[in-house]
Amino acid sequence: MNAAMAAELRRAPHLRTPVSVPVLMRRVLYALVPALLAYTWFFGFGLVFNIAAAVAAALATEAACLRLQRRPIAIALSDYSAVVTGVLLAFALPPLTPWWITALGSTFAIGVAKHAYGGVGNNVFNPAMAGYVALLVSFPDQLTNWLPPRMGDIDYEGIGLLANLRFMLSGGLPDGYTLDALTRATPLDLMQTELGDMRMVAEIRNSSLFGDFGGRGWEWIGNFVALGGFWLLFRGVIRWHIPVGMLGGLVLSASLFYLYDSANFPSPGFHLFSGGALLCAFFIATDPVSAATTDRGRLIYGAGIGVLTYLIRTWGSFPDGVAFAVLLMNMTVPLIDRYTQPVAYGTREPRS
Amino acid sequence: MNQPLLYNRQPPRPAWGVRVDPRKTLSTSEPIVAAPLPTQVQLPLELGPERRAQAVVAPGDYVYTGQPVARLETGARNVVCASISGRVAAIRPGPIPGPGPRVAECIVIDSDGQDRRHADCVPAGDPARLAAARLRELIAQAGIVGLGGAVFPTADKLGGSQPVDLLIVNGAECEPYISCDEMLMRERAAQVLDGARIMLRALGCDRAVVAVESDMPAARLALRAALDADRDPRLDIAEVTAKYPAGGERQLVELLTGREVPAGGLPRDVGIVCQNVATAAAVSELFRTGCPLISRIVTVTGGGILNPVNVEARLGAPLADLVAAAGGYTTTNCDLVMGGPMMGMALAGDRLPVTEATNCLLVAAPGELSDAQPGYPCIRCAECSRVCPARLLPQELLVACDTQDPDRLEQLHLDACIECGCCDYVCPSRLTLTPVFAQAKIRQRAHREQQRQARLAQQRSEARNARLAAAEKRYADGPAPDAGEAALTDLLARVEQRDERGDGG
Repeated sequence: MNAAMAAELRRAPHLRTPVSVPVLMRRVLYALVPALLAYTWFFGFGLVFNIAAAVAAALATEAACLRLQRRPIAIALSDYSAVVTGVLLAFALPPLTPWWITALGSTFAIGVAKHAYGGVGNNVFNPAMAGYVALLVSFPDQLTNWLPPRMGDIDYEGIGLLANLRFMLSGGLPDGYTLDALTRATPLDLMQTELGDMRMVAEIRNSSLFGDFGGRGWEWIGNFVALGGFWLLFRGVIRWHIPVGMLGGLVLSASLFYLYDSANFPSPGFHLFSGGALLCAFFIATDPVSAATTDRGRLIYGAGIGVLTYLIRTWGSFPDGVAFAVLLMNMTVPLIDRYTQPVAYGTREPRS
Repeated sequence: MNQPLLYNRQPPRPAWGVRVDPRKTLSTSEPIVAAPLPTQVQLPLELGPERRAQAVVAPGDYVYTGQPVARLETGARNVVCASISGRVAAIRPGPIPGPGPRVAECIVIDSDGQDRRHADCVPAGDPARLAAARLRELIAQAGIVGLGGAVFPTADKLGGSQPVDLLIVNGAECEPYISCDEMLMRERAAQVLDGARIMLRALGCDRAVVAVESDMPAARLALRAALDADRDPRLDIAEVTAKYPAGGERQLVELLTGREVPAGGLPRDVGIVCQNVATAAAVSELFRTGCPLISRIVTVTGGGILNPVNVEARLGAPLADLVAAAGGYTTTNCDLVMGGPMMGMALAGDRLPVTEATNCLLVAAPGELSDAQPGYPCIRCAECSRVCPARLLPQELLVACDTQDPDRLEQLHLDACIECGCCDYVCPSRLTLTPVFAQAKIRQRAHREQQRQARLAQQRSEARNARLAAAEKRYADGPAPDAGEAALTDLLARVEQRDERGDGG
């Protein structure tokens, strides 16, 4: 007992959950593995290279920023938050993105969106989405190099692992390949363009790119994203309010217009399984730092993202609205938090 | 007060709170054992916050078990009884369990090994026939206080003018490791019910419910059997979900009745009184055998104890005796905690006396409790507010504590914090929350007092300024009339007035 007497006495509580920030972040990464596998199956190894470039740049930027602020580097790097940012940004980028663009986005995400605001816990905007939007407005052409999914009947030329890598490093393609022949519009992009050309939804959906709900291949990736998301819910890493709010907001607004005019407005299923909707609902909007903190607030925050996503997809000039929706709702967080504070126990105004 | 009581249907599952490995079975396999008579006891005269006693015996006096040895500093009421017979060795400051090393004046009694009962320790008569006020007086003189840990005087809780429609006898022992209440209910259920009945009479209330947690079926069965034998329609059992801190007084009131105790108030304000099951048993003991509060059941448990068990120990006995009664230590560098792992106080050693608040002695083996680990910045995950039973926003409170912003702390209802430790428990950033809040509460109280003083000072100064201004005005208006003359005029005017009213007085 002598050791205890000499040392300063510990203070209650004497028990703590073993689930620390790095554990949470690692679980987020594990939950992305099914989606990564599905993505690689349908679109090749581009995402893996994206992740490598984004994570390397994220960690380097994080270390540099901490160094400049003379803050301890090891502990901050070991919390995996920069890795998660890099991976999520990589998921948002097309498989044929030059490495320096990926790295630039990652650097912006960590350096500007995160550390300029004071580092982890203080950033107002979701770093991954801020980085993505910065790239989207700076390099709109390079961010359209999406590939068609690897499906038997789709006209698919494919690009090998090495060729993919070579393109990302140097921008060159093997002889006989052209970027135009390789790349395809995403289903969301196609839908938006063709609807703009006054064609009907049913007509557009005749393209072999479309499956049961969204794009072929994309639907499967969506399923695996949701699988990871459900696991996060099950493990308590995220709570249900934001995913339900976001998907509810998106599906409700899509249903409303679909019921009103199904010829010109694609179905809610299409919106649910296209683009980044599911990834956003489970992995991006749920970033706790930039989200609302109260339960009611999180429902509102999620619903806001869902509705904005729909509005931007339908009437905006970008095919997907997830990133903009998240950033816009990030700005409303202080307001939402302020007006959704729970009433503390025993402080309710007495009812007369 | 006319809301229906909810306790007879399934209580709602609380959204707040945490599920912690209960580890109660460590100490529930063996029946309660009586610790051997201590050779010396040390009875602190500091009975609680702002409640001190004064010795009525002197060193060298012989005292019997149960004999009053100290009375309240304020008022002549006896409140401390000798827990063994023998000679008063000294009245001197000694270490007592408390946050940090604490010292208080103690009566030290050397046992004569006889445990001779004081002649006054006889039942005062059938409690069903005694008046409520008399019951409360006897309970107060027997030194009976809340044995759940808060040591609030039981008689004071039973008195008071507000109407009470429900007595909750709290057996919902929600802290991990602690099992003294559970074992008491299992072994002495009839005594608990008897005490509850006496307390109902002292309260002038006709409904009592014994609250147990859903993970103590043996205790519930024992109570049910006692209740069936008892056939008192005023008594009942209620079960609450086993989740920490469901057994907290305010939380229990909310779970069982849906009522909320107002901030800064007591359960009494919503027509409820809570008493611990051990307190009920002590009340029964007093009226059935005449024995005042001289002992309590302490759970001696943890990985650092050879045979974890519940020990019935005399008040003032050294904790080391309890450890010995439970087989001794398993290793030499254990952590000692008085109470449970969520709210318990770390102790510097085992040379401290058992007090009324000692419900558990947790002897943790190395690694059994969480060690301090590197913290991370808050990531606003809000798990802390999800588990907070007071529905506070601990992450916002922490910021306000760091910036020492008293107005913000007020706005965030820091005072509603019950210091249960749930927020610390779940925090993935391993932030220190509860200890910071506990300190801030003390500062906040000082701040409020300061503000009150400042307001008073301001009022005084304003009043003085007004007087000065009036005097100045009078002076400026012209030479003041002679003081005596003014008084005379005033008196004449009043006499005139009285005569006009004609009331003659």
